[in-house]
Amino acid sequence: MSTSKLAAMLAVASLLASQPVTAADAGGAIIAAQCNGCHGFEGASKGAAPALKGKPAQHLSRSMKDYKSGKAKGSIMNRIAKGYSDAELDNVAKYYSGLK
Amino acid sequence: MTMNRRGFIKAMGAAGAVSSLALGGCSMAGFRPGGGHVVIIGGGAGGATCAKYLRHFDSGIKVTVVEPKTQFATCFMSNWVIGGLRDQNWITHGYAEWSKKHGIDMVHDTAVSIDPVAKVVKTKGGQSIKYDRCVVSPGVDFRYDTIEGYDAAVAETIPHAWHAGPQTALLRKQLEAMRDGGLFVLTAPPNPFRCPPGPYERASLVADYFKKHKPKSKVLILDAKDAFSKQGLFVAGWKEHYGYGTSNSMIEWRSKANDGMARAIKAGSRTVVTEFGEIKADVLNVVPAQKAGHIAAVAGLTDASGWCPVDPLTWESKLHKGIHVIGDAAIQAPIPKSGYAANSEAKVCAAAIVALLNGNTPPTPSWVNTCYSLVTPTHGLSVAGVYNYVDGKIAEVKGAGGLTPMNGDYSTEAIYAESWYKNIIDDMFG
Repeated sequence: MSTSKLAAMLAVASLLASQPVTAADAGGAIIAAQCNGCHGFEGASKGAAPALKGKPAQHLSRSMKDYKSGKAKGSIMNRIAKGYSDAELDNVAKYYSGLK
Repeated sequence: MTMNRRGFIKAMGAAGAVSSLALGGCSMAGFRPGGGHVVIIGGGAGGATCAKYLRHFDSGIKVTVVEPKTQFATCFMSNWVIGGLRDQNWITHGYAEWSKKHGIDMVHDTAVSIDPVAKVVKTKGGQSIKYDRCVVSPGVDFRYDTIEGYDAAVAETIPHAWHAGPQTALLRKQLEAMRDGGLFVLTAPPNPFRCPPGPYERASLVADYFKKHKPKSKVLILDAKDAFSKQGLFVAGWKEHYGYGTSNSMIEWRSKANDGMARAIKAGSRTVVTEFGEIKADVLNVVPAQKAGHIAAVAGLTDASGWCPVDPLTWESKLHKGIHVIGDAAIQAPIPKSGYAANSEAKVCAAAIVALLNGNTPPTPSWVNTCYSLVTPTHGLSVAGVYNYVDGKIAEVKGAGGLTPMNGDYSTEAIYAESWYKNIIDDMFG
């Protein structure tokens, strides 16, 4: 292994050292994939569930956190949102907002 | 998507690098370039999702799906067809356009063997397909030996309708032909089985059809269990809509403890034999006990339970390296055997395979299950679960998930049930 590769790995490691490595590290893509079942491929909903694709991250993030806290009343999202940390919800929001 | 193949693989590589270092070693020695060939056996909820997401995550991977059917009818929502809410076309989806769109090779043939050493899948039609990784998503098969007098041949006249398609259409046709005042008997299987709330939704939607078109008719569920999924919510719904618990109830549920378990079938007279009695049906629907789909057993992927033990990090078989098992066939508890679960597991498996083929550590998984059932066309119920990976096992995230609250907004749940179907189909077959 070249020194530069190892250096790059160490750089990444130190960047993420403050938090455990989770699925969220893959830029929200892993968790967001789980949301697509109800919200459509890449969050482009074909039904009554809201579309998430390309929506502002701040809006998505706030909305999911409101479901998590119970401030917003949904049908199923209150139960789902409680399954994630705020950081994970932020990553999912960023992921969907980045889709065009 | 903005996160292209490189971005996704790089992100996973970063996560992998960190975990390797955390373990005190550098695992880059086994690095190999990307690409590779993944052969998927079964084009249902698990297989189709896995194929699509493999290509989505890494278009450098060649994906072949071995599936005998040229179009696929989903088991989920087949109760809507049986109850007359939708027609058969609504639940039937073709592979031709889908495979072309995603660059997936379809082999419309039946897999008959998997050689885990030579890494070759053989088909009934005589093809030998070499793989780097194989994904087995065969769904369920039936334990016909658990109900005397019932087998695949009898199922041609007394449907199980637990594989959707012609079986769904047959059961619907029999219900339409039944006289008013007839008795529909559904025998429900023991755990574990595909779609735990399925038999009770089916009973509900048949009762809905009877109420509207054959109001003197009855539904009897003979159960091999003493409790079932979403029971409190179903029972409340049955009381509200079908007079459950009264002498004039349209639905009767007989538990195992109350002699509900079907021991034998007398096919000629559509009679169910229990330990202490016999019940003659006008339309009989036998849902037998289940096990992993046939190819899983043939390939040596099942244990004594009849299901497939896997490492949920990658869904790789614990019995054969290089072969992954997803969906109903896998031992996946505490995640229930549902279409959504198969879809969820398929994405985790796809991401893991992309990482492995690119020499990276698989990302930490995360799963979801959401499942809707109807009591009437406008009375829906749901169950949800969020799961993560703890100490090498699947763990339900505490405080998350659960059922529709009692006296909840059932009509909104029914609207979301249809939305759920449109979107999961878009996610799998779009």
